[in-house]
Amino acid sequence: MSTTQVIAADESLPKKKLDLIPVFLIPVVALIALPLYYAMGMGSASDWLTATIAGIGMGLIIFLVASGFSLVFGLMDVLNFGHGIFVTLGAYFGVAFLAPFQTWYDDPESIALNLLALFAAAGLGMLVTAVVGLIFERIIVRPVYGNHLSQILVTSGGMIVAGELCVVFWGPETLPLLPPTSLTGALVIGTFAMEKFRLMTLIVGMILFLVMVLLLNRTKLGLLIRASVQDREMVEALGYKVKFLFITVFAVGAALASLGGTFYGMFINGANNGIGPAMMINIFIVIIIAGMGSVGGALIAAILVGIANNYAGLLFPNFAAFTSIAVMCAVILWRPQGLYPVAKR
Amino acid sequence: MKLPLLKLEGVNTHIGPYHILYGIDFEVPEGELTMLLGRNGAGKTTTLRTIMGMWKASAGKVIFEGKILSEMTTPQIGNLGIAYVPENKGIFTDLTVRENMVLAARNGAPDSARLDWIFTYMPALKKFWEQPSGLLSGGQKQMLSIARAMVEPRRLLLVDEPSKGLAPAIVQNLVEAFKAMKQAGTTILVVEQNFNFAKSLGDTVVVMDNGKVAHRGTMADLAANEALQHKLLGLSLDSHQ
Amino acid sequence: MLNKLLSWDLPRSKVLAAILLVIFLGLLLTPLAGDKAMGAGAKICIFIILVASFDLLLGYTGILSFAHTMFFGIGAYGVAMISVEPGEHWWALGPGWGSIFLGIIVAVVLSTLIALFISAFSLRVRTMYFAMITLSVSAAVQTLAMRSTEITGGEDGINFTVPDLLSPLYTFADSIELFGQKVEFTGAFIMYYVVFIVALVLFLFVLRIVNSPFGRVLQAIRDNEFRAAAIGYRVVLYRAASSVLGAIIATLAGCMYALFLRYQGPEATMGFGIMMDILFMVVIGGMATIYGAVIGATLMLIAQNYLQDLMKIVQSDVSGIPFVSGLLHPDRWLLWMGILFIIVVYNFPWGIVGKLRMRALGIE
Repeated sequence: MSTTQVIAADESLPKKKLDLIPVFLIPVVALIALPLYYAMGMGSASDWLTATIAGIGMGLIIFLVASGFSLVFGLMDVLNFGHGIFVTLGAYFGVAFLAPFQTWYDDPESIALNLLALFAAAGLGMLVTAVVGLIFERIIVRPVYGNHLSQILVTSGGMIVAGELCVVFWGPETLPLLPPTSLTGALVIGTFAMEKFRLMTLIVGMILFLVMVLLLNRTKLGLLIRASVQDREMVEALGYKVKFLFITVFAVGAALASLGGTFYGMFINGANNGIGPAMMINIFIVIIIAGMGSVGGALIAAILVGIANNYAGLLFPNFAAFTSIAVMCAVILWRPQGLYPVAKR
Repeated sequence: MKLPLLKLEGVNTHIGPYHILYGIDFEVPEGELTMLLGRNGAGKTTTLRTIMGMWKASAGKVIFEGKILSEMTTPQIGNLGIAYVPENKGIFTDLTVRENMVLAARNGAPDSARLDWIFTYMPALKKFWEQPSGLLSGGQKQMLSIARAMVEPRRLLLVDEPSKGLAPAIVQNLVEAFKAMKQAGTTILVVEQNFNFAKSLGDTVVVMDNGKVAHRGTMADLAANEALQHKLLGLSLDSHQ
Repeated sequence: MLNKLLSWDLPRSKVLAAILLVIFLGLLLTPLAGDKAMGAGAKICIFIILVASFDLLLGYTGILSFAHTMFFGIGAYGVAMISVEPGEHWWALGPGWGSIFLGIIVAVVLSTLIALFISAFSLRVRTMYFAMITLSVSAAVQTLAMRSTEITGGEDGINFTVPDLLSPLYTFADSIELFGQKVEFTGAFIMYYVVFIVALVLFLFVLRIVNSPFGRVLQAIRDNEFRAAAIGYRVVLYRAASSVLGAIIATLAGCMYALFLRYQGPEATMGFGIMMDILFMVVIGGMATIYGAVIGATLMLIAQNYLQDLMKIVQSDVSGIPFVSGLLHPDRWLLWMGILFIIVVYNFPWGIVGKLRMRALGIE
């Protein structure tokens, strides 16, 4: 045994740096916006706080959609430009599956019944979207594994076709989709007002993020996903079917995007076939800020984009879309591979 | 010579437009440690990857215990009890040492007695058990990579250049670990460039050159025949000692 | 002579050469077939160069830019905004040749700057970011154009007048009767040939670029970025140069389009539908061929008209069946185009031109 002692027992490892700098970007962006609120006469600090929390709520919806896109890329190098279709479906399914629960949903007395109806409809939507996701993966994505350009072309085409099919099913008009009765209106504390529905999406989004983090860090499935993002071949050499893992993640990602779509439809009070493609623009920016394949990065980036869009929408509405692009450019200058680049083999 | 556990019959491999392996034939006898030697670019790594199904053989067969590996996928091959340690070590650097071992253990949680056995050869892994494996030194990463293969009894272990870039003291630890695995009944196929290391471990030897098998025999014979060494391995030997 | 004009990059297929000749003669003689045909012909000419410049990026450089319609739109706005009656805005100079040239120059400069900016941020990092960033930026610019009503006319767009010589009100010869069709020699007739000649010159220019040493380097980078970099080519600079060139040509196409229509609006040039059209055209015609642009644009623009008419007819036959009638609604032609597009990408990745050339070589 003497030779094995060569690796000295007192040898120590370099400390792993817990990189928290990106987290501070959120307050930084928020604090840049605060003086602008006063300067442009848009209101007081409480209005700013309202916009901040509403922006975080929107950010969490973006995160729900972005996380699936990011993991699908991380696992199999697949760029699914058609991911937005699951958002569109989420909104339409929200309308369709709320219909049977309408009396519960509209009951002004019981918040519990409202939420039950909401989650039953959203859950059904997620389930059906997951199935659609499996079909989409099989027909559209699988034939073009390994070729980014073909992937972008075919998945964009797939989104167009699926979006047109939505119009065939549900018609070209925007269908009304309202938040549950007891969550309409705002929660007012002093001068600070907060839309109840946004507060709920914020809570749900946070819970789902925590679940995802626990799943990725505490379960074998999660470890497998993280390991595969880094080195798919080695995971296969250990005897795991990464393709199966990928299909599972694809379906779950589609379901999460569907939930995001249901919520987003309720934000804008309607479902139409444009909301998925519109959401994709945010997703791209979020993914580039976050670093491809990073779930934690996606959360921070999504919140950044959410609040930046929200401030800009009030301060300079015509240029709102450029605000998140500006944030993206700043981040790329600072960290070209995104906030948390995933170490690829 | 014992019965072959693994057998390659006329294996040809193409990578994209390039033809890398031209009809490889050799056998890996059960329970022995076989050294696969050759210069850079001789096709050694491609041979290992073809056995693992990571490149598809365009012709010929890879046979393992009567099963034709060349018709199977990588996960199926991995599940037959074949472990692969690539040249880059294939460590999941975002995961801790423990998590790496958990993924390598296919039949439930890693067995604690077996872990203790591994730790006797690789104490550093015990010490850094809950640390992210990306922080380990090169030698420790190599140890972890081998330890992943040891976590459960394996039939066959494929290792690509384990001694590359390691300090001599750590190489000695590797030698001990391989000997222990062999004793536990694992057949081992090691790709090497370091002839001294190969000499100290190998039972049988296969030498490759330009995508073909140039020599097959026992390590003892090759070690004794210096002229043959020079003919087969050329000057590259000296530079790697 | 012809060889030199085509930069020694010949069709290399008799069938292809025949089709190209028919399209060329067709476009040359289109104004003799009346106003409606002239409108369609001009659109085809303009889309040919738009698609050819897109092929320079997608086919030859291997980068997918979703901002191509943005540059198309910038060109159109440049000419339109400067040509409106002076008074309302400081930049409006009124109709005139000076306005047109100034508009073109301003638009080209702006496009160049934006293309450089996008390249700096996306190509430096990862090529696949290029598709995402161009999509984001062009969506933002489109929103800006739609919302800035005082400047761009918002969704209604801008109507403007062109110099007299190009105006339909100007007549330079007596109208004649040709095959029962009245042919009028107005300014619009001249405008058509301006578009035709500019398109022809730009097309030959793109053909020259891709067959120049510069074009060869682009293809080398597309095929093996690592090797090209190892030989010593500054990969990012070449890609950026290609994307700037593509942007400039798209801008010029936009200028021509606005001049011909005497109108510019966001949906006419910048809509996502137009972007998809261009993508379909280049893929169906054949990527990395340039000639594919001619075939793709001509075929698609004719097919769009026909497909919608055909769908109208068929739909009236099945109007009783709810779902099927929805599928065949003329507004759903994008659905069928999309399906066709996916099938082409899967089965004929080299498009019509690629297929014809392979047939000429005896490869099936």
